[in-house]
Amino acid sequence: MDKVKIGTCWLDGCSGCHMSLLDLDEGIVGVLEKADIVFGPLVDAQEWPEGVDVALIEGAVSSQDDLDLALTARERSKIVVALGDCAVTGNVPSMRNGIPTRKLLERVYVEGATEGRGVPTDGVPALLKQAEPLHSAIKVDVHVPGCPPKPDAILFVVGALLEGRMPDLGSKLRFG
Amino acid sequence: MTEKVKVRIDGEVIAATAGQTILEVARANGKYIPALCYMEGLSAVGACRLCMVEVSGVARLLPACTTPVQEGLAVNTSSPQLESYRKIAIELLLVERNHVCAVCVSSGHCELQTLAQDHGVTYVRYPYNFPRLTVDATHPRYVLDHNRCVLCSRCVRTCAEVEGAHVWDMAGRGIQTRLVSELQRPWGESTTCTSCGKCVQACPTGAMAEKGWGVEEMTKKRAVVSRLSSIREGQ
Repeated sequence: MDKVKIGTCWLDGCSGCHMSLLDLDEGIVGVLEKADIVFGPLVDAQEWPEGVDVALIEGAVSSQDDLDLALTARERSKIVVALGDCAVTGNVPSMRNGIPTRKLLERVYVEGATEGRGVPTDGVPALLKQAEPLHSAIKVDVHVPGCPPKPDAILFVVGALLEGRMPDLGSKLRFG
Repeated sequence: MTEKVKVRIDGEVIAATAGQTILEVARANGKYIPALCYMEGLSAVGACRLCMVEVSGVARLLPACTTPVQEGLAVNTSSPQLESYRKIAIELLLVERNHVCAVCVSSGHCELQTLAQDHGVTYVRYPYNFPRLTVDATHPRYVLDHNRCVLCSRCVRTCAEVEGAHVWDMAGRGIQTRLVSELQRPWGESTTCTSCGKCVQACPTGAMAEKGWGVEEMTKKRAVVSRLSSIREGQ
């Protein structure tokens, strides 16, 4: 039997959800018996491959790159999981949303800088007007809140998806 | 003279006292009805709409916290329809302000967070409002964060009814409604605030907190406010 293909990525997040994913401890052995991680910060692939079964997406959609990657992941994956509070609610990245983007960038890179003042434009993606939850950009199949989601919640969700079931978090549901 | 009445809650016949509300009778008999703006010992205002119940013979839903029982009343505390409305109410509370649990002193001890989790709110179906709101940190011991306020008015009622100072009120209407201290004077400059902190203890979220706590560290002694109120009623 072919192994299930898992892709992961982080958009506007802190990588904490990926840390929690690594924190499955020996649980990850069971996952990797049934699945391969084919894309993500933990592996070497450069582009989100076709035919991914489960996409675990951390972070809010905050920049043009975030949006592009989210759209690609959606297009090439069967099931998309919003992993963690940033992907589910916007969380900390969304705290900038009341401030116009230009003002925000100037506050940080001009007023707040002591050297190299100026809003960077080269090699950085354009910020979107607001950092939004993942489901505002693409269709999301499973939401796993938590900051980060606890390893056992991630294992529960991934385990169910590997068995072809849609998980119901129940008492494992936790924001923050 | 207390008149006894018989009511039916979820099919079970229960003896109650006339004048009690549906919520009081239900809770006294171990029946769960969610509520956020209700707090034992304070007047009930029916603001949060979470305790809506079905009453036989009444076409619309009624808030359990403000509806008094009467002889023969039959109440349904849960149904798929009620559950879906409660979920909507919780989601609308979450989109109205900036409830960022990850950086909240009350995370893990927050009534709104708990309600969302208990009612299976895994995400919010409505667009977030992302309002730009202020934090009043002018009081030497306490802080008011409008980002986390649900306008339940428990602080307003605690201050007016239990402490008797009436520092807090609501200003504005609809989505513009804001909690204000003393006609919009900063909390720290209030001349009527006794700094008793009961409003902080009554607050269901992290909107009001003691200064000096980190994320997840602010636990509240809500029972203190209710107990004070019940002691005074007995006098």
